[in-house]
Amino acid sequence: MSANGTKIQIELKGVSKAYGGVIANKDISLQVPEGKITGLIGPNGSGKTTLFNSIVGYHPIDEGSIAFEGREISTLRVPEIARLGMLRTFQQTRIYKKMNCVENMVISISHRGGGGLAGVFKSAKDAATVERAEHLLEFVGLYSKRKLISGELSFGQQKLLEFAMALMNQPKVLLLDEPTAGINPTLINGLIDRLKRANEEFGVTLFVIEHNMRVIMNLAEKISCLAHGELLATGTPEDIQNDRRVIDAYLGAH
Amino acid sequence: MSARTLDFSVYAVLIAFALAAPFVFPNYTSQVAVMWLMVLMAVTWDMTGGQMGYNSLGNVIFFGLGMYASAVVQIGLVYDVAEYTSAFGAIVVDFNDTQYFTGLVLGIVAGGVVSTIFAIIVGPFMLGLRGPYFAIGTLGLAVAVAELVSGWEYVGGGGGISMPVYPGIAGEGSLVWYILLGLLALSAHLFCRWLYSTQFGLAINAIRDDEDKAEAMGIQTTRYKVVTWVASAFFMGMGGAVFGNMSGFIEPLEVAFPTTTFGIFMVAMALVGGKGTLWGPVLGAILFHVVKEWTWTYLLGWQWVALGAIIIINVVYFQQGILGWAQDKWPRLFGVSVDRGPSETSVEAAE
Ligand SMILES: Nc1ncnc2c1ncn2[C@@H]1O[C@H](COP(=O)(O)OP(=O)(O)O)[C@@H](O)[C@H]1O
Ligand SMILES: [Mg+2]
Repeated sequence: MSANGTKIQIELKGVSKAYGGVIANKDISLQVPEGKITGLIGPNGSGKTTLFNSIVGYHPIDEGSIAFEGREISTLRVPEIARLGMLRTFQQTRIYKKMNCVENMVISISHRGGGGLAGVFKSAKDAATVERAEHLLEFVGLYSKRKLISGELSFGQQKLLEFAMALMNQPKVLLLDEPTAGINPTLINGLIDRLKRANEEFGVTLFVIEHNMRVIMNLAEKISCLAHGELLATGTPEDIQNDRRVIDAYLGAH
Repeated sequence: MSARTLDFSVYAVLIAFALAAPFVFPNYTSQVAVMWLMVLMAVTWDMTGGQMGYNSLGNVIFFGLGMYASAVVQIGLVYDVAEYTSAFGAIVVDFNDTQYFTGLVLGIVAGGVVSTIFAIIVGPFMLGLRGPYFAIGTLGLAVAVAELVSGWEYVGGGGGISMPVYPGIAGEGSLVWYILLGLLALSAHLFCRWLYSTQFGLAINAIRDDEDKAEAMGIQTTRYKVVTWVASAFFMGMGGAVFGNMSGFIEPLEVAFPTTTFGIFMVAMALVGGKGTLWGPVLGAILFHVVKEWTWTYLLGWQWVALGAIIIINVVYFQQGILGWAQDKWPRLFGVSVDRGPSETSVEAAE
């Protein structure tokens, strides 16, 4: 429990990760509160994606600890962590490109509980599952495209599909890596709105990497800023916006 | 026509042909039997190659293991296998009907079971390899298994084994192999049709499209991959058991583990017909076999060139194969929707 009574869902302590000589993350400590939207910003190459990869078990970390709901997860692998209820989306959007949207959704159902292979022999057209899939596709505005092969969607639509797939899995936490990158600017507000609604209506904790300052100020209650692999500051959007080091990092990067 | 009606119409046509063929072309029973084997090979290869994106060049392992397992069981029920093989046919093989048919049934089952067990053991390791590494790894494994069997005197080593001779009247045997191979091909295809209609089918398609994403979504990819390969091995093992009996004599390199013929054919057939589609491997196998038999008869000396040319044209110019191409051209016929509207409409509509 933190001071104001919200539970800490993800807690990083002194996390470091280097690629050969490049120190991508250095001694990072931060907390992601349950049920909230937390932001992670920083210039390109500052180590944001690396930190996500460390959290979801994509690679082992060099030092530090990562706890999810109080349980150490830094030694678990990607699918195990996913089955605990922590999912991520990719900066380079990843969907199943030769399958249609509904199929992409149906296969994204939760694999929690480790129920083995039982249940997977249910029909791919199982009515209840398809209905939930279509409902979520409607939520992200892709209902009319549901029978389309997903690889034929525009890049922005693929991002929306990937987001809907993540929701289909009913995760506790969703880590979104630059959800607005490459999306038509006129559609960004709609996406922000959906992220907020996913957080409120489905109770999913969001941890969002965002390069676009305006977007993250609109979205997150608490923001951490990275630069050169180190944590510069953590605070409310106002704090971050006015933080000298953050401003310098951003200006220095451009 | 719905996909379901279409499927059952094709089944009806193929079954009608299968029932009529031995009467209409009595001289070609063995050739058509081998055609059903080719269908079985292409369909089971496509389970991993087409549907899951794991292109095995070593599925003949299951074929050969099934063949040897059935030989050992069929002979071992009556004789000491080591004595039998070391005599190189000098032992007068004499099985009474009960011994023969009991052995045959148990042998076919053993063929399926032994290949299954082998796939369960090597699956987790081999399926950890991706892309070309899996292809080369499985090819290497097939060559290694063939070598090991060649050096194993108990099963006759490189000299091979003569199989028990079918006891019935002349011609009856070839009809039995025909029926068994036809039934195996049909049951493998029906099994696949069911499997691909389940969420399991979606999972292996997801692995094909993006395995890292599938893992990131919590799918236990290794389990799905192993189960798929094991199912494919089970059918292939039984196919090998039947084909060994049909051949009458088995040996490691040409009959049981023929990596450069059957091993390549099964890949080529699935590619020609359209990998990753339900009927592509069937179509590919039938076409490939007919062309092969035809060139063997009329283009003797050039048959390998002709087959090679088909494979090259397929791989270079026509990668989706016949049904893959048809699916692109007439998507609606295959239940695939197409988008004709402006690309972002629905997103805007939902704003
Ligand atoms: N797989 C990798 N191998 C080597 N270096 C990497 C790898 N991934 C990232 N890096 C390096 O680590 C640093 C941080 O990268 P990244 O985490 O992708 O930053 P961000 O997501 O903030 O743009 C960069 O210098 C990048 O070049
Ligand atoms: Mg990044």
